[in-house]
Amino acid sequence: MDVSVTVNGYVYEEAVAPRLLLSDFLRHTLGLTGTHVGCEHGVCGACTVIVDGTSVRSCLMLAVQVDGSNVRTVEDLADGADLHPLQSAFHDNHALQCGFCTPGILMAAVDFLEESDSPTREEITEMLSGHLCRCTGYASIVESIHLVSRREGTKE
Amino acid sequence: MKPPVVDYARANSVAEAVDLLGRYGDESKVLAGGQSLIPMLNMRFAFPTMLIDINHIKETSSVEVHEDVVVIGATVRQSGAQLSREVQSHVPLLAQALPHVGHFVTRNRGTIGGSVVHADARGEVPLVLATLGGQVVVVSASGRRTIEAADLFVTHFTTSIADDELLVETRWPAPGRSWGYAFREFSLRHGDYALGMVACSVHREGGVVQEASVALGAVADRPVVLKEVAASLVGKPLNEPAAVAAGKVVTESVNPSSDLHASDRYRRHLAGLLTKRALLAAWADSGGDLS
Amino acid sequence: MTWVGKPLKRIEDEALLRGRGRFIDDMDPVPGAYHAAVVRSLYASALITGIDTSAALASPGVLGVVTGRDVADMTKPFPAAIDTPVAYMAAAVDEVRYAGEPVAVVVARDRYLAEDAAEKVVVDYERRTPLLTPLDALESGSVASDRSFVYGDPVERLSEADLVVRHSFTFPRWTGAPMECFGVVADWSPGEEALTVWTNFQGPFTLHTVAAAALGLTRSKLRLITPEDSGGSFGVKAGVYAYVVLMGAVSRKLGVPVRWIEDRLEHLAASGASTERVTEITAGFTSSGELISLHYDNVEDVGAYVRAPEPATLYRMHGSLNGGYKVRDISARNRVVLTNRCPTGLNRGFGGPQLYFALEGTMAIAAARLGIDPAVVARRNLVEADEFPYTTPSGAIYDSGDYPACLDDVLTVSGYADRRHMQADARKEGRWVGIGIACVVEPSVSNMGYISLAATPDERAASLPKSGNTEGATIAMSPTGGVVVQISTTPQGQGHRTVASQVVADRLGLEPGDIEVVSVLDTHVNAWSIASGNYSSRFAGIGSAAIAKAATELADAIKTLAADELECSVEDVELRGGKAVVKGAPDAAVSLRRIAGRAHWNAESLPAGVSPGLRFTSFVSAPNLAAAADDDTIASSAAHGFVADVAVVEVDRDTGSVTILDYTSTHDAGTLLNPRLVEGQISGGFVHGAGVALLERLVYDEDGNLITSSFMDYLCMTATEVPPLRSSHIETPSPFTALGAKGLGEGNTMSTPVAIANAVRDALGIEKVELPLTPPRVWELLEAMP
Repeated sequence: MDVSVTVNGYVYEEAVAPRLLLSDFLRHTLGLTGTHVGCEHGVCGACTVIVDGTSVRSCLMLAVQVDGSNVRTVEDLADGADLHPLQSAFHDNHALQCGFCTPGILMAAVDFLEESDSPTREEITEMLSGHLCRCTGYASIVESIHLVSRREGTKE
Repeated sequence: MKPPVVDYARANSVAEAVDLLGRYGDESKVLAGGQSLIPMLNMRFAFPTMLIDINHIKETSSVEVHEDVVVIGATVRQSGAQLSREVQSHVPLLAQALPHVGHFVTRNRGTIGGSVVHADARGEVPLVLATLGGQVVVVSASGRRTIEAADLFVTHFTTSIADDELLVETRWPAPGRSWGYAFREFSLRHGDYALGMVACSVHREGGVVQEASVALGAVADRPVVLKEVAASLVGKPLNEPAAVAAGKVVTESVNPSSDLHASDRYRRHLAGLLTKRALLAAWADSGGDLS
Repeated sequence: MTWVGKPLKRIEDEALLRGRGRFIDDMDPVPGAYHAAVVRSLYASALITGIDTSAALASPGVLGVVTGRDVADMTKPFPAAIDTPVAYMAAAVDEVRYAGEPVAVVVARDRYLAEDAAEKVVVDYERRTPLLTPLDALESGSVASDRSFVYGDPVERLSEADLVVRHSFTFPRWTGAPMECFGVVADWSPGEEALTVWTNFQGPFTLHTVAAAALGLTRSKLRLITPEDSGGSFGVKAGVYAYVVLMGAVSRKLGVPVRWIEDRLEHLAASGASTERVTEITAGFTSSGELISLHYDNVEDVGAYVRAPEPATLYRMHGSLNGGYKVRDISARNRVVLTNRCPTGLNRGFGGPQLYFALEGTMAIAAARLGIDPAVVARRNLVEADEFPYTTPSGAIYDSGDYPACLDDVLTVSGYADRRHMQADARKEGRWVGIGIACVVEPSVSNMGYISLAATPDERAASLPKSGNTEGATIAMSPTGGVVVQISTTPQGQGHRTVASQVVADRLGLEPGDIEVVSVLDTHVNAWSIASGNYSSRFAGIGSAAIAKAATELADAIKTLAADELECSVEDVELRGGKAVVKGAPDAAVSLRRIAGRAHWNAESLPAGVSPGLRFTSFVSAPNLAAAADDDTIASSAAHGFVADVAVVEVDRDTGSVTILDYTSTHDAGTLLNPRLVEGQISGGFVHGAGVALLERLVYDEDGNLITSSFMDYLCMTATEVPPLRSSHIETPSPFTALGAKGLGEGNTMSTPVAIANAVRDALGIEKVELPLTPPRVWELLEAMP
């Protein structure tokens, strides 16, 4: 089937099998390997991307479903040399180690902070509970998101 | 973990979806949020030949408040319902339950209709629908019909909706003031399938319970509405002894099975405990005096 | 300026945050690789009576199907440290011994097609009754090794004891479950009869030898290349070597490069796991709480095969049977049993969680029975600060430490005395609050010889001795003065590149940002040895030492050149700010760029003692790691950190929930190379430890099928379950490591499970607890209480 989709501002026209997962489409058809695949059953959250403004698990969508949509992946977060505030906060607070879960968490957090004005630590923790990280122990991730949420003027 | 070969069709209207369902019937699966269906495909537990994508149907994507019922379209996202002011003020029980459904990102995609049709006995949304005595509306080539929640949930992952029928609406009674609601569940991790869950509603009048509904999830193959327990509360204030007694009855009457995570004994105990806690919370929510 | 010791932010982050990491599945190292899907056993124990691949071969896009028999024709059994009763092959041939064991491999144009075809491979089985628990295996005589060790006279000492604690402890099977699964791209070169494999292997590179032996490849015919990034491991990815062999054989058979990316279901079912260990302890104490006699009876379930490096889990801690205590009379019986579950392997803590669950559990039980505060009992037994280096009864040489000071520190930081008061108050209110203590010695930089203890002294005498722990690194200065370091420690998120840049910057007078560090390990290119890799928390102790040595050699060459240039003696040259400067004469300086230019462009001018090229490869081996002695003693590790923890929990009597109210951990890991990374390691190790204490466990049904088979049921800790951790540090540098540093990433995975268990014991006033302490299981304990 033909898919026409805007990913990170670029329009792609691709022919894909109906069963191709969005995660595999992004990674292997488009070469956007920043989106990671950790479980392929929607639990770990590593594959989270933003489709039409909302964070979703890309392993739980088919590529054909994003025909006509706008997709944003981790590769689109930084503005050239400048990291997104969340990326900077993760760097500053050692909120990543192996970095495999990080892209999914970043994309969920971007969406989350657009939705929530000034989330509490508990709300951040609850949001983050949909993402598995085996390296950091989570505290530094919560801290990073919390810091960004407190800073004014960082929202897009 | 890749889905098996399958065809895909995007329905842009209820009519289109119904037409596709009519053509493909039990060989097809309706693809709503996909948060349960796609994992089943990825694990190759399900082998439909056609996926009918209903995510682009506009007619089923809104929340409407009618006189005494809130109509939530089948494709309204769980997150959308959770954030909906209409749901929050008119179906507070659902609003209380939704934060327990999966996680932030999965709720962005998962739908209310999908949760109902999936009919997981551990599902929060089916439990709330059963507690409130709601309804669903389904459409097929032969017309439209309404199914009462009590007649909807058949067994694990099975409803009384026919293969050629599409769920288009869920209907949630909104009886108004002096009702109190509470949802309580206990899970090993936030967002996991609960080991026990209770939803209840209490109508308080003159300092006593006028009407109540109590239902349990994760104790059987579908939501269990305990009419006798609810009836036993009527005519009395819902104080601690009344709640404890109701919890005891629940513990003795439910018959959950053991699994990997918990024994049947524990689940029975938990059902009673959560019943007690939920009833007291619902009574307080109705404005009832707890002392 | 000294960079080591500073909480530098990581140089790894920029690429990872931008989604520009390079993990195995992001790479396409060989054009035209085909995709593999593995057909796996449905049963835990069965005979294979037939395999029909015809339908799979006819499936669209399929290139071929390789069966276990085909693999066996091209490979040999994997060698292991002990003679194995059942040969371990890369795929099953006539018999399957665990559910999930590879039976055949389907190769197709893409993974979707490969999975379609894998479903069409028909395997006929004749089922047998599986062995699923360590004690069942023991009863059935499924014992692969049985060794006994006696140090001192524990029997005699036990007769003098005022209190004897006999208790059976079971440490559950669990897994580190890294977020990235295994990945292998195998490319067989016909004619050359050589195999190149890209894989997220983590070492130890002893396993490179094991894989090469299984493939029948001699000399340097097996080339392994690890990607720049690896998505966590926690030991588990050591086990990928079995798939290096499997996919190598498949590539050879089908004549194409083959790519296999493990999925999560495969990973949980068949990648590896920690051992499950049943330990029966017999411990003698004096009435004042002195531990005077200690006996371990260990039954270690390594799963379906003794897969190298097993039975290492049982011997990694062998030098530390006494933990942090002065007890000199110790014995152990170690039985390794085979069950019909996935083979075990490296897993964070590697033997430590099992050992301390028994030892520290015993200490808590003894304290309770004696009516003495457990902190007092621990303090009474800890090795004193003036006793270092301290040789343990079983042969470890504890390099440095101040264990009592660590314990005192954690008691202070946790507010232990106040906590005890709060506990008493809570009890009056009917709340069940408990406090648990754990004191653990955390070994790092393991001795290559420790596994040979699984063999008897006579058996060891028949083979070449093994000892030491070697690591290498290469450093080069380019013609324009740039510095590139190649490390062989295969990091998976620990930040080795950042620390390497700090170590090198200090020695060259540069800034860390001036240093490029390459973490790719190519066995045809890198400076590696048998011990290389990322395990046994060896980077801080030995990886950093190899880097420091190589950097020092480069610095010495630069100084020699600068002295020649500046006409001064080499001793008078120091490197700082990108220049070689004459001490006390800051104007007399020459830039490193100029020196590098001369070394590369004007080789004829090089002074004596400076070789052309400015490239240095250095190796170091940790000291004091002799081969196992005839009396069965072994210095099993080079460095030994210490961790003292206080856990405060509350048990909810209604639900059985265990809530961690406070958790404090004091570490002595010697010199801290980068405090920022230290906190990250401790936090992560703690959450792994808390995970196995509270949630994580691999569970099999009565047929031997894994029922915690997905992330829906294997319950990794998430952000909402993670309790707060407070950490504190004492630094007694190790005299045995170049920078004084010791490993620290595993300590809390060793200490936290038992600290939490002890806190629950204390809360409920019981002795028998089983991990993980999930609410339903704790509730059953409550129900069983009188």
